[in-house]
Amino acid sequence: MSFDPIKTLTSRTVVLTQENIDTDQIIPARFLTTTTKEGLGASAFFDWRYDEDGRPKNSSVFNGVNPETHKILVAGSNFGCGSSREHAPWALSDFGFRAVISSDIADIFKSNAQKNGLLPVEVDEETHKKLLASPGAEVTIDLESCEVTFGDGEKGSFPIEAFARRCLLDGVDPLGHLINQMPAIEDYERQ
Amino acid sequence: MTIANESPTSLFDKLWERHVVVEETAEAPAVLYIDLHLIHEVTSPQAFSVLAERGLKVRRPDRTFGTLDHSTPTLPANDRGELPYATPEAKSQVERLIENCEEHGVELLNMGDPRRGIVHVIGPELGLTQPGKTIVCGDSHTSTHGAFGALAFGIGTTEVGHVLATQCVLQRKPKSMRVIFDGALPEGVGAKDMALAMIAQIGADGGQGYAIEFAGEAVRALSMDGRMTLCNMSIEAGARFGMVAPDETTFEWLHGRDFTPKGLAWNEALADWSELKSELGAHFDKEVHVDASTIRPMITFGVSPDAAAPVDAIAPEPHSEAEKHAADYMKFEAGKPFHDAAVDRVFIGSCTNSRLSDLREAAQVMRGRKVKDGVIALIVPGSVAVKQAAEAEKLHEIFLAAGAEWREPGCSMCIAMNGDSGNPGELVVSTSNRNFIGRQGKGVRTVLASPATAAASAIEGRITDPRPYLFAKESA
Ligand code: SF4
Repeated sequence: MSFDPIKTLTSRTVVLTQENIDTDQIIPARFLTTTTKEGLGASAFFDWRYDEDGRPKNSSVFNGVNPETHKILVAGSNFGCGSSREHAPWALSDFGFRAVISSDIADIFKSNAQKNGLLPVEVDEETHKKLLASPGAEVTIDLESCEVTFGDGEKGSFPIEAFARRCLLDGVDPLGHLINQMPAIEDYERQ
Repeated sequence: MTIANESPTSLFDKLWERHVVVEETAEAPAVLYIDLHLIHEVTSPQAFSVLAERGLKVRRPDRTFGTLDHSTPTLPANDRGELPYATPEAKSQVERLIENCEEHGVELLNMGDPRRGIVHVIGPELGLTQPGKTIVCGDSHTSTHGAFGALAFGIGTTEVGHVLATQCVLQRKPKSMRVIFDGALPEGVGAKDMALAMIAQIGADGGQGYAIEFAGEAVRALSMDGRMTLCNMSIEAGARFGMVAPDETTFEWLHGRDFTPKGLAWNEALADWSELKSELGAHFDKEVHVDASTIRPMITFGVSPDAAAPVDAIAPEPHSEAEKHAADYMKFEAGKPFHDAAVDRVFIGSCTNSRLSDLREAAQVMRGRKVKDGVIALIVPGSVAVKQAAEAEKLHEIFLAAGAEWREPGCSMCIAMNGDSGNPGELVVSTSNRNFIGRQGKGVRTVLASPATAAASAIEGRITDPRPYLFAKESA
């Protein structure tokens, strides 16, 4: 499996200030009966985007968002907590997002996102505050230098696990790496 | 070398070291060997598709085990033998897992199998879950199996594919945390209350990046069912791993189960498992103490599991934006007792609280009483085996006589993707693990609680402290 490599990404942000946005919000469980990964963007944040009758909610920040120009999702802390459903990053990617920024992103979501070409970026409090306060701002994420740059030139850096970064830069899922370890795995099984 | 060997190690270190195939480096995570891979219908189809795309087979079908639980209905089949699936998609998801398991020679507990049940209930029940094993599943509550001193954690679907293809995952070693419950639990307080009290104390992300070992007097005193409830909720504190060192309670519970070693092999296993504990002075990156002696029956009042408080408390004033948003959704009036809140539905089930002891606890409260008029109470055993054991004790008769529904095993209203869900606006007291907005159905307000609290709330039709009910029974 592979996806488009990410080196730098310049785009506008969609901001959700709420903390603890769980994967049940990102994609409600009733959409999990699918057996493929495709088309889940339509269900992304469904109950935030649509009312009881399935009409778009005026109050939703997603309303009128152009996925072509708004590829960065900024969210409150502990984003992606809860269920391990990989449908969450699948849905966000399919919606058009290429990166998620928060001050802290839940472990399993982070790991799932990395494997699907959705870049999880964990920034310091100050950068996070600035991002939360400026919805629609154009920012650049540089995965080579691990920096987020605002329009005014201000920068914030972010840490990212080295292997996940490599995979994102190359646009590959780590299965190939694991398969290359097969001799060691067979040795382990023999002990 | 000698020095490293002599420094005291933790249970987690031991479990980790035993399974490292390739050490982690600055460039790459460790390759970790997986002893047991549990799969279910929701998080596996796309992983099997990747195998097919790449022309790969399941490498170790003997270490892979499937069950059906999330999308399966909890109502019985009709006269034509058809199960009432919520949607055609749910049915086809189930059929897909059946096909995938057949194709790859993986054992599956199909519908109608007397061993079927929720993945985190059947693993231990069958003795597949054992101390010292690494166990993964495409499900965040896999931490449940840590109750046996296993290294058990939830993974995503891509990783399910990795394990199917290689029997390994790539994983950096997390930091370690010990949560010590000091003192003994008061009467009428159980593992669910401990879990909620701990999460309220450390926060929904308090365990983020850590593997938690639960220790202390109150943990030692817990039954295996209680330890599973506690480890199950690790992920609600943000921790992927939760574990308890195995002891006599563990060994006794496992003895004689389908997949546990027998005869001489059992004695060898015991000798090995007895080593699985944290040595005195073992290092933990973080240590947290929780005073078990002051824990009261707990409920949640918000939309994140850390918004938890004693059931007999009053609803707090919301402060932050997030708290205000949660309070608007949950509609608890600040300053009013939680007991004032009318309950529409009660759900007793899920991998957190659907084992025999949970059902006994609920039955103790419901025995000889009636569910309040207008309240729907759903009791869903975690597995066919739990159901049969409960029926052998006639617990179902207590529930049915009380006016509750007694269902077939499955995840049911914990995830509400199988036809069981609440209606918009309803207040549901639930023994499951997540009070997220919409988790139990669109617009449903979920209050997490223990089986006793849920049962007492069903009887009174309000959020209710179960202690008077539990104590009344004692003296009867
Ligand atoms: S009972 Fe709930 S938490 Fe447990 S496995 Fe099923 S859906 Fe997941």
